[in-house]
Amino acid sequence: MTLAPETTDLKVQLKLADDWFTVCDLAQLLPGRGVAALLPDGRQVALFRDRTGALYAIDNRDPFGGAAVLSRGLTGTHQGRPFVASPLLKQRFDLKTGQCLDDEAVRIAAYEVRAA
Amino acid sequence: MSTGTPTIVLVGHGMVGQRFLEALAERGLTATHRVVVLCEEPRPAYDRVALTSYFSGKTPEDLSMTDMEFIDTHGIELYVGDPAQTIDREAKKVTAKSGQVFEYDTLVLATGSYPFVPPVPNKDAEGCFVYRTIEDLLAIEEYAKTATTGAVVGGGLLGLEAAGALKGLGLTSHIVEFAPRLMPVQVDEGGGAALLRTIEEMGLSVHTGVGTQEIVVDESGAVTGMKLSDGSELATDLVVFSAGVRPRDQLARDCGLTVGERGGITVDEQCRTVADPHVFAIGECALASDGRVYGLVAPGYEQAETAAATIAADESEQLTFTGADLSTKLKLLGVDVASFGDAHGTAEDCLDVVYSDSRAGLYKKLVIGRDGTLLGGILVGDAEAYGTLKAFTGSVPPVSPESLVLPAGAGAPAQLGPSALPDEAIICSCNNVTKGTIRGAVTDHQCTTVPEVKKCTKAGTTCGSCVKVLGQLINAELEASGVEVDKGLCGCFSQTREELYEIVLALRINTYQDLLDRYGRDGAKGGDGCEICKPAVGSIIASLAPTIGASGYVLDGEQASLQDSNDHFLANLQKNGSYSVVPRIPGGEITPEGLIVIGEIARDFGLYTKITGGQRIDMFGARVEQLPLIWARLVDAGFESGHAYGKALRTVKSCVGQTWCRYGVQDSVRMAIDLELRYRGLRSPHKLKSAVSGCQRECAEAQSKDFGVIATANGWNLYVGGNGGATPRHADLLAQDLSDAELIKLIDRFLMFYIRTADRLERTSTWLERIPGGLDHVRDVVVEDSLGICEELESLMADHVAHYADEWATTINDPEKLSRFVSFVNAPDTPDPVVGFIPERDQIKPDLPLLSIGMRPAEDVLEGSAQR
Ligand code: SRM
Ligand SMILES: Cc1cc2nc3c(=O)[nH]c(=O)nc-3n(C[C@H](O)[C@H](O)[C@H](O)COP(=O)(O)OP(=O)(O)OC[C@H]3O[C@@H](n4cnc5c(N)ncnc54)[C@H](O)[C@@H]3O)c2cc1C
Ligand code: SF4
Ligand code: FES
Repeated sequence: MTLAPETTDLKVQLKLADDWFTVCDLAQLLPGRGVAALLPDGRQVALFRDRTGALYAIDNRDPFGGAAVLSRGLTGTHQGRPFVASPLLKQRFDLKTGQCLDDEAVRIAAYEVRAA
Repeated sequence: MSTGTPTIVLVGHGMVGQRFLEALAERGLTATHRVVVLCEEPRPAYDRVALTSYFSGKTPEDLSMTDMEFIDTHGIELYVGDPAQTIDREAKKVTAKSGQVFEYDTLVLATGSYPFVPPVPNKDAEGCFVYRTIEDLLAIEEYAKTATTGAVVGGGLLGLEAAGALKGLGLTSHIVEFAPRLMPVQVDEGGGAALLRTIEEMGLSVHTGVGTQEIVVDESGAVTGMKLSDGSELATDLVVFSAGVRPRDQLARDCGLTVGERGGITVDEQCRTVADPHVFAIGECALASDGRVYGLVAPGYEQAETAAATIAADESEQLTFTGADLSTKLKLLGVDVASFGDAHGTAEDCLDVVYSDSRAGLYKKLVIGRDGTLLGGILVGDAEAYGTLKAFTGSVPPVSPESLVLPAGAGAPAQLGPSALPDEAIICSCNNVTKGTIRGAVTDHQCTTVPEVKKCTKAGTTCGSCVKVLGQLINAELEASGVEVDKGLCGCFSQTREELYEIVLALRINTYQDLLDRYGRDGAKGGDGCEICKPAVGSIIASLAPTIGASGYVLDGEQASLQDSNDHFLANLQKNGSYSVVPRIPGGEITPEGLIVIGEIARDFGLYTKITGGQRIDMFGARVEQLPLIWARLVDAGFESGHAYGKALRTVKSCVGQTWCRYGVQDSVRMAIDLELRYRGLRSPHKLKSAVSGCQRECAEAQSKDFGVIATANGWNLYVGGNGGATPRHADLLAQDLSDAELIKLIDRFLMFYIRTADRLERTSTWLERIPGGLDHVRDVVVEDSLGICEELESLMADHVAHYADEWATTINDPEKLSRFVSFVNAPDTPDPVVGFIPERDQIKPDLPLLSIGMRPAEDVLEGSAQR
């Protein structure tokens, strides 16, 4: 087993318009779980980390129920695509694109995210 | 440029134009013809029907319907941003705006519609918009940044979409409709009333029965309001006109083609213009042979196919377009609205069946012919049945019409699955796909999933309203053709839950990753699993924790990432993102001090309190960051987690029993408390409930529980496999007249055997019915020890009991775990602004309209409006 190199001072950053917005320490992201972040303009983003260390960020709002809870859903992979299942009514959203996997007509915003 | 090959020129690259190109390619015409497309908009064809989804995050690229590879491989010459300006029919030439001239052999007009703007003064003022193209949306979005109020002129289908978009942009929104109700074309008066109520409840202001007389502007010429026909004035910063569309037939008029009295290029059944056999018109610009201009995409697609087939002059396929169905289903602002067939009941002698519940915003009407034929209908608020009903239109449904519109629960709702439909029934009306075609995709083309069938048949690729029925049909067909159904737990594991349990126990595998990487399906190994197997395996690990050497604390290490959302926060998520808190109250017995503590906590945190059906108290409306504070106080007062969130033991209810009751023969309260404390925290395939009654009168309803105990003069009777809920089942008697020790031993064995062999989310009742041998087998195993496993079952339970620890007490003493209980990782002190409450009956309830707003402006958040 190889351990991912992890330094405590790595930060999770989101791409907003043209700047990188620092959200939190990378260590605060538990593999397989999400956290929510508040953006300066009031939007909410759900951030996730998978077991390989890859980071994802999508809108935190569940477009079906309206509550801002996607960061609290369970994650997984479906045909190679990482997703989160909403904790409300379990619809799944692709973490890379924000596309709802259970309803083609629904897609939420996805953000560029990095550890730096 | 002149070439030897015949040329087809298409004017307009909208939805129908694109479909026409695909139809040409399918028939091989792109290989034999030069195909030129003049596209006026700055981008190639996109999904106009889904335009509004731009505001819920779709980008213009997502909306695109044009695959540039398709265009290239078929050698189509696509000129984006270059509209046709004139047509010379004599010379058979089209001149584009860029000055390019194209000679044609066949000309196809697919110019669509333009939005009709009523000729009111100042209609072109700054701040006035229409709603048709991506460019319109971008302009509205930009202008809305400086606006606070918006009004939409027109309360039809598109008007409501536009109003929803304005609301989504954070504007206070108004809808002004000239007709006395919303969506006058699709719904009748009753449906309009249900719709109105629901839409007003969402915070939109609706003004029906009034016209717009003038747009009011300020000195700079920007919109400030509008004058209405009832003399009132509506202040608004932005106006969107959505008062209908008109066919774009100017190009055709200019070159002398015949147009209808009210517009539209007149065509015959082949979609050929009546004035010129070399010119076709399709889509919203065409006036079809039945005298109608269709404003929906499905008829346009049919016309595209018809024109292509005609041009191909393919003898085997003489398509005609003689009219189309106007059925629609929409989800506007979250409200289902559907109408199909003869929705307004215009046929002679027809009868209505109406179900209406204006409180719930429901309205359903079916139009039925004298002979029982379903002619059409309207559904508002709940359009679940749309797919099936539409397919039955024109035939006599096999069940009574009333049962088709009654809500579930009222009377006996008809479970009319799509399997009852004939093969000719149209399942997808957008793409004209029949049930027979869909079945064929499964049987002849080996499609096994909805996406495959969509690709193969095009069904479900437009409005999406048929996708649900599609899924049902595919499954039915797969089953019928005997395709072996994979019994694996999920896409990640080919084993059943029972098999995984055996693997975990036998090999002492104590992490999910290890199990997945060693025993997962090939494609799943090394991946992140899914939302089905993670909690199921998490539960197996938790049930066996002490025995297999895993931590008994569900938030420890990897286990935290496996838990369902509720278990992860040790509380139950409510619809607005807040949580409920349920402390354990063993046996339902509670001291006055205990009650006072709960009362004080609920009061101090402003929580809604309710006595539950499980003999305890639930406190609702806690924000995630309040959970640790609330639990610190509860733990301090001696309360423990009630596991209301877990697939685990819930409650052991009791009746007051021998101590007080004149009939009681045993101390049922003591036994209930003992049982609840013994099995608390036990994770299982589904929740576990129990009850103990002090005599045969059964006041604790023990026979409706997974394990129920009823006192007898000689001891206890044990019942198992009872269930309340959706499919109630009376428990079966497992053993009689047991002593305390015998009772507990049997329950230990019974529960561990269930946990070992049940499927995920399978209550004891369904498990008992499913396992081979049923109750007799279970009795053999747990009473007679026929498998020789009882000692192991007992020792597994003993391990569990010895290692129980209250998970909330553990959590509040662990700062690292506590740091997860925040709304925002980067603003731990800021509460989630969309969690809000409003008063009801002296307590609180969730502020639901707040949820539909979604994002709130930063100023609001910072001003602490979340406290409302
Ligand atoms: C709070 C309570 C209703 C109340 O106000 O009284 C309640 C509330 C919920 N019940 Fe219940 N049930 C409550 C007693 C019951 C009872 C009565 C009882 O336990 O005696 C039953 C029928 C008995 C039974 O389970 O056999 C009951 C049958 C269900 C079912 C159907 C189970 C089934 O097998 O069909 C569900 C759905 C499920 O679990 O899949 C359910 C699910 C739920 C959920 C968890 C739904 C959800 O996922 O959000 C509710 C969450 C409560 C929360 O957020 O705190 N609840 N529920 C009761 C809590 C009891 C407690 O103190 O723990
Ligand atoms: C917001 C919205 C929601 C809708 N929802 C639904 C729905 O739920 N269900 C449904 O069935 N229908 C719906 N519709 C209607 C549906 O979009 C139309 O029926 C469909 O787009 C018609 O296709 P078309 O190709 O005929 O016209 P269009 O898609 O409008 O395409 C015509 C194209 O021709 C171009 N054009 C015009 N003149 C020229 C010229 N001289 N040279 C070159 N190009 C030219 C135009 O710029 C346009 O791009 C909706 C429409 C809107 C606006
Ligand atoms: S079940 Fe029997 S003992 Fe218990 S309260 Fe009812 S009558 Fe009394
Ligand atoms: S009915 Fe619209 S996509 Fe099938």
